[in-house]
Amino acid sequence: MADHSVDAGKVRAIAHLARLEVKEAEIPVYQDSLSRILAFVGELDRAETTGVTPMAHPLPGAVQRLRADEESERDEHERFQANAPQVEASLYLVPKVIE
Amino acid sequence: MSTGAHFAPGRTLAELAAGLRRREFSSAELTRALLGRLEAAQPTLNAVISITGEEALAQAQAADRELAAGRAGPLTGIPILHKDIFCTSGIRTTCGSRMLDNFVAPYDATVVAKLKSAGTVMLGKANMDEFAMGSSNETSYYGPVRNPWNTSLVPGGSSGGSAAAVAARLVPAATATDTGGSIRQPAALCGVTGLKPTYGRVSRYGMIAFASSLDQGGVIALSAEDAALVLTAMAGFDPRDSTSVDLPVPDYAATLNEPIRGLRIGLLKEFFDGLDPENAQRIREALAVFERLGAQLKEVSLPNLPLSVPAYYVVAPAECSSNLARYDGVRFGYRCSDPRDLSDLYKRTRAEGFGAEVKRRIMIGTYVLSAGYYDAYYLKAQRVRKLIADDFERAFGAVDVLIGPTTPTPAFALGAKTADPITMYLNDIYTIGANLAGLPAISVPCGFMQQLPIGLQIVGPRFAESRLLTAAHAYQRETDWHRRIPPGYE
Repeated sequence: MADHSVDAGKVRAIAHLARLEVKEAEIPVYQDSLSRILAFVGELDRAETTGVTPMAHPLPGAVQRLRADEESERDEHERFQANAPQVEASLYLVPKVIE
Repeated sequence: MSTGAHFAPGRTLAELAAGLRRREFSSAELTRALLGRLEAAQPTLNAVISITGEEALAQAQAADRELAAGRAGPLTGIPILHKDIFCTSGIRTTCGSRMLDNFVAPYDATVVAKLKSAGTVMLGKANMDEFAMGSSNETSYYGPVRNPWNTSLVPGGSSGGSAAAVAARLVPAATATDTGGSIRQPAALCGVTGLKPTYGRVSRYGMIAFASSLDQGGVIALSAEDAALVLTAMAGFDPRDSTSVDLPVPDYAATLNEPIRGLRIGLLKEFFDGLDPENAQRIREALAVFERLGAQLKEVSLPNLPLSVPAYYVVAPAECSSNLARYDGVRFGYRCSDPRDLSDLYKRTRAEGFGAEVKRRIMIGTYVLSAGYYDAYYLKAQRVRKLIADDFERAFGAVDVLIGPTTPTPAFALGAKTADPITMYLNDIYTIGANLAGLPAISVPCGFMQQLPIGLQIVGPRFAESRLLTAAHAYQRETDWHRRIPPGYE
């Protein structure tokens, strides 16, 4: 993991995965800051971690609690959908997906 | 900024509560006076995103009825601010972002509901770095907050509005959140007390997520005693947060006066290596106070701690990229105009709705989680995180608390660190370790350097909030740094 530089193609690929529009002029800016941050976090290579279990929860031994699979909330879709940009007949509207 | 003789600014929450109970003034009078202070300070400090005066007066009148009926609790009628990361039912909740500029939360965060039922009066929503990503409050869509000690300086972040408002005595306390130092660092830079509880102690339900394994709600206040009163009301098990811990909540104020004789204090070697001599001198002076009270000092080393900032800048952006995937312009929040198709809707909504730092972290997070890089960055960071947590665990076998500085420097100028993200990230060099390990930590004012306040940080083992508050309170009974008021706000 010695080379942390990020090329323009990589910036475009990551931006697509993150669903962020990136303008051409922004690409070198991202290249520069991402490369520098990745080089900085590359310091982690110095740590000897063979056999170390990756931390999965900040509290040791804690497990994800599950609740009973039963209805617990009221239907409040009208109140929640009041925040939506575009709603019709209780449905969220987006641009046409299938021609 | 006349507030009337009754409300000489600088009274702590506990003192204001005593005044309310003695009927020296009503909650409505106090609320009106502090709303006046808040509005007067807003053009200078920009500490809030919303002021909710009408709701505040209604809550104050309800509190006055409780006080009159003799049903008042320790927080009844006390005006506070909520960081704008906490959802407030029917009230705009922006998280400092254009993305949520028009978002009216349909429910209360558990923290908000608990503090409401404890009788607090919400004056408004505190400004913050966008989605809590920042250490200077300069990434807010609503403009930077300014430090009341010197308005050309930042207040720290991300809970900069909460810290500045408490420091300027606009409210006696404010809620805040801490993912990598966002309670402690601004508390230190503004000269107030900030407590980040143990991961799982305070419910995250309705607290807008940034990095779910690190985020924890807490409080910024004028003293450890005030922080204890607020934490007692905020903390507790919540079935709606699957990481909330089902442990009884002690009365944190009840144990404040316990003696600290025999308290074993660990001095973190890694925190003092390379520390500015003047900063180190202030910490040594504070340690002398603890020694005089009978504490024992012992140097300890956490060899993996210097890797905490690099580990954090893999783990936090990874979780951020996942959590912020929900902002897609479909169900709530900002939507770009005239999208060509669904892909364009997502991409332009997110490009226009998020600010530069948030986008940078989403990009980093997406990168470290992407195929071919996950093992090298994300898993590696989680392994290093385990090493750091183990270092703390070992240290707490030998000492009761760890003490060191909260920040490497006092408040810095607006714009001074915005050009280089890594320079900004290194502000949190002393605070991030507690987040990675899920530990409670408190910052208390411990003096000045270059006429600016700095903080002393006390870190404890999990769920040792009482111990931290007792130690901080013992220190604050011997010192008056937490009583210092920024010039112009007396």
